[in-house]
Amino acid sequence: MNKKTSQQIAFIIFRILGIFVVGILFWILGFIIYNGIGVISWKFLTEPPSEGMTGGGIFPAIVGTLCLIAGSSIVAFPLGILSAIYTSEYAGNGYIIKFIRIMTNNLGGIPSIIFGLFGMSLFVNTLGFGDSILAGSLTLGLLCLPLVIRTTEEALKAIPDSFRTGSLALGASKLQTVNRIILPMAFPNIITGLILSIGRISGETAPILFTVAAYFLPKLPTSIFDQVMALPYHLYVIAVSGTDLEASRPIAYGTALVLIVIVLIMNLMASFLRRKLKKY
Amino acid sequence: MIEAKNVNFYYGNFQALKDISMVMDDHTVTAFIGPSGCGKSTFLRLFNRMNELIANTRLTGECLVNGENIYQKSIDVTELRKKIGMVFQKPNPFPQSIFENVAYGLRVDGVKDKHFIKQRVEESLVSAALWNEVKDKLKKSAFELSGGQQQRLCIARALAISPSIILMDEPASALDPISTSKIEDLIHVLKKDYTIVIVTHNMQQAARVSDKTGFFMLGTLIEYNDTRKMFLNPEKEETQNYITGRFG
Repeated sequence: MNKKTSQQIAFIIFRILGIFVVGILFWILGFIIYNGIGVISWKFLTEPPSEGMTGGGIFPAIVGTLCLIAGSSIVAFPLGILSAIYTSEYAGNGYIIKFIRIMTNNLGGIPSIIFGLFGMSLFVNTLGFGDSILAGSLTLGLLCLPLVIRTTEEALKAIPDSFRTGSLALGASKLQTVNRIILPMAFPNIITGLILSIGRISGETAPILFTVAAYFLPKLPTSIFDQVMALPYHLYVIAVSGTDLEASRPIAYGTALVLIVIVLIMNLMASFLRRKLKKY
Repeated sequence: MIEAKNVNFYYGNFQALKDISMVMDDHTVTAFIGPSGCGKSTFLRLFNRMNELIANTRLTGECLVNGENIYQKSIDVTELRKKIGMVFQKPNPFPQSIFENVAYGLRVDGVKDKHFIKQRVEESLVSAALWNEVKDKLKKSAFELSGGQQQRLCIARALAISPSIILMDEPASALDPISTSKIEDLIHVLKKDYTIVIVTHNMQQAARVSDKTGFFMLGTLIEYNDTRKMFLNPEKEETQNYITGRFG
């Protein structure tokens, strides 16, 4: 077989695989939109569930998920970004740092239910936060910390060293170099990492199961010590343990659709921010 | 005056510089030539302590600038780097405007006086022979400039903090011949006010711009002499061989 035919065959295989992957994605999306679009209405988005979860809306769950996104972002973003700056800009490449890096990666691979149980034992029980937005946010924050650290490190590493040496050679300190040159350059990519982790946070069910999520709670939270409903857990509840599964099925699809749209909006915001921030 | 006394430098177990001693006078241009990996860039980077950024390196001997050992404890390395500017092989402007690039060194030094910064930026760009080309677009990104202009911007950036010495690490090797000759002209002019040390792969360039030339090979300073003498009548056979292109 000559070069040209083998290349053509390879490309055909790549193309089929590519179409296959994208196809699955569109199929899932289409399936959810097709089944869920019917229940989406202003009422659905702004009212609590009613009639044993077979009617009404999902407003408390939307609010709850947004609270958890905000709470865990506050926990994970500063912590993750700062530790990534430390490990990639300051700490060098010694054995301890290598070990920490491996452990961070391992932490990212731990099943989320373990984070949930850990959060329950530490935040809910030992520290006495109870089932609350605080406990849930801390748990979700820990969960996405490795992802935030990882992506921030990658973003920082992508900046060529010539910018660092250039700045240091002008008498700038390391901190000034990081603040004035490296972080602004890495920012668009850091944002991307943060958005990815928000996607992860908003979809996780296991970590919030024992730390914050309420089965049914039409009242909106008034403090960080309140429980909330959350979209993924609500979806799980009405899909497997509602009072009338058949009747609540469309609501489940609607909930899934809302969850996907929230993640989509986050992504759009991210790419908008990226373009906005990329001045040069 | 820049002076090295019995300098040895190691990357881990590899000895990159072997017992180098030399003196570079004020307001002269000194060129370092030699084959790749001979240690000339490493030697240059000792004088603004850039080698410290590389892990696992070791230095013995003394590096003196105006009689002061720049590796003694009391030396603040950021202050040192303000006095000893550096221009790198590849132009490395920051992703900022042309103006901000030149103002950077002043800003990190804590200068707040806007009028002074503006004046210094203009002076530096004039000194770097770039002012006429950029004066109408100071707010534009530095990345919009050509490679040669970017390198002159980097020189202006180094000049802005009023150093007394400028180290140049192959400043023209990534540039086209016209940009190269502009940089060389600039070196001739800057020599009046600055002490310049330049590493170059290009022997004609060393011959054109420098007063004195040091020839390095395998971490050793083989010969250090007046440039004219070095190129017309070198003392060492290795120098003769290298300059005439018999190896390297």
